[in-house]
Amino acid sequence: MGKEIIKVDHVSMKFNLSQEKVDSIKEYVIKFLKREIKYDEFWALKDINFSMKKGERLGILGLNGAGKSTLLKVIAGVFKPTEGKVTRHGVLAPMLELGAGFDMQYTGAENIYLYGSVLGYSKAFIDERYDEILEFSELKKFIDVPLKNYSSGMRARLGFSIATVVEPDILILDEVLSVGDAKFRKKSEKKVMDMFDKGVTVLFVSHSLEQVERLCNKAMILEHGSMLEYGDIGKVADTYRKIIE
Amino acid sequence: MKERVKNFFRYRYLLWELVKKGIKLKYRRSYLGILWSLLEPLLTMIVLTVIFGTLLGNNEKTFAVYVLSGRLLYSFFSQATTTALRSVRGNSAMIKKVYVPKYLYPLSGILFNYVIFLLSLVVLAVVSLVLGVYPTMYTLQSVISLTLLLLFSFGVGMILATVGVFFRDMEYLWSVVLMLVMYTCAIFYYPDRLLASGKGWLLKMNPLYCIIACFRDNLFGNPMNMKMLLYAGASSLVVVVFGVWLFYKKQDEFILHI
Repeated sequence: MGKEIIKVDHVSMKFNLSQEKVDSIKEYVIKFLKREIKYDEFWALKDINFSMKKGERLGILGLNGAGKSTLLKVIAGVFKPTEGKVTRHGVLAPMLELGAGFDMQYTGAENIYLYGSVLGYSKAFIDERYDEILEFSELKKFIDVPLKNYSSGMRARLGFSIATVVEPDILILDEVLSVGDAKFRKKSEKKVMDMFDKGVTVLFVSHSLEQVERLCNKAMILEHGSMLEYGDIGKVADTYRKIIE
Repeated sequence: MKERVKNFFRYRYLLWELVKKGIKLKYRRSYLGILWSLLEPLLTMIVLTVIFGTLLGNNEKTFAVYVLSGRLLYSFFSQATTTALRSVRGNSAMIKKVYVPKYLYPLSGILFNYVIFLLSLVVLAVVSLVLGVYPTMYTLQSVISLTLLLLFSFGVGMILATVGVFFRDMEYLWSVVLMLVMYTCAIFYYPDRLLASGKGWLLKMNPLYCIIACFRDNLFGNPMNMKMLLYAGASSLVVVVFGVWLFYKKQDEFILHI
């Protein structure tokens, strides 16, 4: 306990929202000559600054477009921040969009290896955990069927099972606890809870304040990319309740 | 730097998976499957030999070997660079969602095409033996030109992958450039007349022509033309260094443009 696992150091993230997307050479040259290239700058995150210790569970609250998912993606390394720096220690299990990297023409079995490798697992590791993944996803019967014939619920189940087979130090959850049917949802919540018990550090985004209060011990509120408040869950939840009313 | 090497090893299994995926999916759902990588060059060779050999009066028996070798090397270059050009944009859904070192996309595209290319060299070996072009001590040297081919394609692929993110036109432009490259590679004609006419520089300034020429030297049992080998080696080195530099410089901006 007490070791600093994640440090988000004055992170800002800028997007260019150009009104028309300039993506042909001719257009670019003409506009460049006429000095017409203008970018609408949009700061999705502004000077976010915090750090997390081992075992802390942080809920990120905010309205749509507040920058919650962007923040998670910056921490997961998908985006490189325009300014500032993120440092992480330990194995990261990003559950941002389950199944990014699935190939629809591949069978379920092939996708276990493909998606596993996307998440940075080794072949030996996947071999070892293959049965566990299969069992948890309850897809044994369909494992040799191409993924394009799966229902979206089945895909999500497979994605969840592959992503949670590691024992991570950091868990990033973006609204993923609503995967599959009621039965699977219960099972997946239990699996995440088990990880909590092992002292994993969690970043959690959800629109349900009730869920955040139940799962997290810290929270932050984002508004238009800025951090409005950061602290213990009880205090932050009260503030948030006032905002949404 | 140490960090980068560590990262490379962490994701080497993903590289292998992506290469495998490229090969598997290329021929999935076709009846003859991977056999096509042997059959396709063989059939094109026959067409090209009939048109440029028989009809235009090249009656040498080994002309087919000459055509096939040029065509195999060129079509690898063309397919590999086109795959690399589309690799970043084509995987945009994945790039936006999960962290993976981005160079893996063009690199795996080049490598899976290279594996298919190496496989199709079997056709060349068989056709050569049948038509009386036998292996010599120089045949082994062709490893050099084949390695240069891979490096050169990788360098060009990295440049194209980067440019392709920012300008969609590149795909169309590149297919025109590829046609120009094809005609200046002397695939289906002997270059002697052109070389003698004083316009030989048209060929010689094309690094791919030099690579193909070195490969053919070895194939027909001759030592490589040293000047061409040096030029091909130097240009491969330049494009690889430039391509990797460009890619690394721009890769963090990709996500804003795809």
